[in-house]
Amino acid sequence: MIEIEHVNKWFGSFQVLKDNSSSISKGEVVVICGPSGSGKSTLIKCVNGLEPFQEGRITVDGVSVGDSATNLPKLRSQIGMVFQNFELFPHMTAMQNICLAQTKVLGRSQDEATERTQKLLDRVGLGDLGYKYPSELSGGQQQRVAIARALAMDPIAMLFDEPTSALDPEMINEVLDVMQELARSGMTMMVVTHEMGFARRVADRVIFMDEGEIVEDATKEDFFGKPRSDRAQLFLSKILEH
Amino acid sequence: MLLDFDFGVIIRSLPYLGQGMMLSLSLTLLAAAGSIVLGTILALMRLSGIGPLMWIGATWVNFFRSLPLLLVIFWFYFLVPLVVQRQVDAFQSALIGFILFEAAYYCEIMRSGILSISRGQASAGYALGLRYSQCMRFIVLPQAFRNMMPVLLTQTIILFQDTSLVFVVGLADFMTSAVTVAQRDSRLVELYVFAAFVYFVICYSGSLYVKYLQKKIHR
Amino acid sequence: MKYNWNWGILFEDPYFGWLISGIQWTLMVSAIAWIIAFSLGSIVGVARTVDSRWARGLGTAYVEGFRNVPLLVQMFLWFYVVPELVPEDLGRWMKRDMPFPEATSAILCLGTYTASRVAEQVRAGIESIPRGQKAAGYAMGLTTFQVYRHLLVPVGYRIIVPPLTSEFLTIFKNSSLALTIGVAEVLFQARQIENYTFQGFEAFTAATLIYLVVTMIVVLIMGYVEQRARIPGYGVQREP
Repeated sequence: MIEIEHVNKWFGSFQVLKDNSSSISKGEVVVICGPSGSGKSTLIKCVNGLEPFQEGRITVDGVSVGDSATNLPKLRSQIGMVFQNFELFPHMTAMQNICLAQTKVLGRSQDEATERTQKLLDRVGLGDLGYKYPSELSGGQQQRVAIARALAMDPIAMLFDEPTSALDPEMINEVLDVMQELARSGMTMMVVTHEMGFARRVADRVIFMDEGEIVEDATKEDFFGKPRSDRAQLFLSKILEH
Repeated sequence: MLLDFDFGVIIRSLPYLGQGMMLSLSLTLLAAAGSIVLGTILALMRLSGIGPLMWIGATWVNFFRSLPLLLVIFWFYFLVPLVVQRQVDAFQSALIGFILFEAAYYCEIMRSGILSISRGQASAGYALGLRYSQCMRFIVLPQAFRNMMPVLLTQTIILFQDTSLVFVVGLADFMTSAVTVAQRDSRLVELYVFAAFVYFVICYSGSLYVKYLQKKIHR
Repeated sequence: MKYNWNWGILFEDPYFGWLISGIQWTLMVSAIAWIIAFSLGSIVGVARTVDSRWARGLGTAYVEGFRNVPLLVQMFLWFYVVPELVPEDLGRWMKRDMPFPEATSAILCLGTYTASRVAEQVRAGIESIPRGQKAAGYAMGLTTFQVYRHLLVPVGYRIIVPPLTSEFLTIFKNSSLALTIGVAEVLFQARQIENYTFQGFEAFTAATLIYLVVTMIVVLIMGYVEQRARIPGYGVQREP
C-alpha cells in the first residue's frame, strides 16, 4: 500500500535520507526505530508530503506523493498522522478539534461529524471529555484525542511520529493501548517510536535507521532475535538496558 | 505627471533644506539623550519597590502614553514661556516636550531590559559587597543597555520621524523647510515626494543597521 | 505666572459645541481608519507568513515603505500629492467633488499607515504559533487557505489582542495629525479656542482630559475583550 523507492533528501548540503526503500502492505504494522537524528521522523513526514524530498518516489495506494499534480490535501485526508507534541488546536475543544476536518475537508454535516466524534471519543476512552480544551487535558488524554482526530477521517493508513516521547511515563501505556487496539483492528500503521515493548507486541516488521540509511528492514522475530548489523545491536543493547 | 517633475526646485533649495535637516538631527540627538537618561531614571523608579516612586513612574508613563505628541508639543509651546515669563525659543520648548514625552517610551524599554537580566546577576553583585547603586551602574544597567540597544535605536528612529511634528509650531526643521519651499514655489508634489524619500532613506538605513545589531547580539 | 483663569469658557457657546464636534470628528476618523488598518493589516501580515516569495516580498515592501516615512509627510502626500498622481479624471474628482476631502485623506492616510503596524503584529502572532500546528492542519488534509482560516488566524488574533489595543490607541492619538490638513478634530478645536479666547490653559486641559478619558474607556473595553478571547490555559500572558 505504501511504496518507498530510492528516496534521497537533503537539508541544504546535508543528506538526511540516503536511498531509502521499503514497502508496507495493507494491514501491516511497521515500527521505525533508530538513534535521534537518524532521519526516521523525516521519512514518515515524506510519506504524507509534509516534507518534500528531492529524489526517488513514494506512492500511497497508487498515488505518487511527490508528483506536483497530486492533490495533497486529498491524499493527506486519507492518511492519519499523530505528532510527538499532539498539536491539538488550542482554541478548539476536543470535540471541535475532531470535527474540524470532517466538516471542512470531507464535507460532512455538523450532526454527522458530531456523532462520529462521540463514537471515536468513546473508542479512545474519553467519551465524556469532548467539551474540554486541550490545555485542560493531560498529555495522555491529548494524544488520544489526537488519535481520534486522525481516525475521524477514516484513513487508509496511520503515521505515528514518536507519539509517546513527550509523555510522562505513567501516561505512555494509555496511548499505547489505543494504538494496539487500532493495530488489532487491521489498520496499516507506520510508527516511529523507541517503545521496543510495543514493537515486540504489536509490530509485524521493524525498520532500523541510522544516519539517514535504512540499516535493517526485518520481521519482528528476526530483528529482536538476531539483528544482522552491529549498529542495530548496539542500539538495542543501549535501549534495552533499562 | 512624473514627466514634469522639476528637480531644479529641489536642487536650488538644497542648502536651505540641509539647514532644516541639521535642526531635525540635533533635535533628535538632544531629545534622545535627554529622554534615555530620564527614561532610565523612571524605569529604576518603577522597579524600586518603593510605593510613591513606583506610583510616580507608572503614572508618568501611562499619562504621556495616553496623549498625542502633537498635544504635548502645543502644551509646551504655550506653557514654557508662560512659566518662565519671557519669550522662549521654540526649539527649547519643543526639546523639553520631546524629552518628557519620549521618556515614557524609553522607560518601558529600559524596564524590560533591566527585567531581562537575571536576579542572579544582581545577587552576585551584592555578594561582592556592592551597594544597590553600584550594582545597577556596573552590572545591571550596562547589560540592559547592551541587550536593548536595537530597541533603543528603533525608538530613536521613531523619535526622528516624530520631530517632523514641530512643523505645527513653525520650527524650521527639515519638514517645515520642505513645506516652506513647496508653498513658496508652488511645487508641492516635488517637495513632498522628496521629503518622503529623504526620510525613507535615513529611517530605512537605520532599521537595516538595527537588524544587523540584532544579529550581532544574538550570535 | 500671570494668567487670567476662566474655566467657564469651555462651557460657553460656541466653544463647548466646538469641542463636542471635535470629539465626533476624532472618533469617526479613528474608527473608519481602524477598519481599514485592521483588514488591510491582516492581509499584509498574513502575506508575510505564506510560502510564496512574491507575497512575502510585497508584504515586506508595504511595511517598510509605510513605517519609514513620518506620518505627517504621509498626510501631506495623501492630501496634496495623490490627487496629482492618479489619472486626471480621478484627480479632478478628488479635488473637486470628493465629499469631505480632508477627512477622507486623513482616514486613508491613518488607515494605510496603521495597517503596516497591524501587519507586523499579525505576522508576529502567527509566527509565535508552534510550527507543528501548521503541519497538523496539513496532515488532516486542510488546504493552505483552510489552515489559515481555521487555525493560524483565529489563534494569532487572540494572541495579539493587547498589542492591537495599543495600535487602536495609536490611531486615535495619531488622528490629531489630521489637523495639519484642516480636519476639525479635538486638538484643532482646542487650538482654535486658544486663538479666539487666549485661554490656552483651559483649552489644552480640555483636550488632555478628552484623550485620557477615551484611552481609559478603550483600555477597559479591550481588557474585557481580551478575557473573552483568551484560550483557556493557552500561553496568552499579560505583562508582569
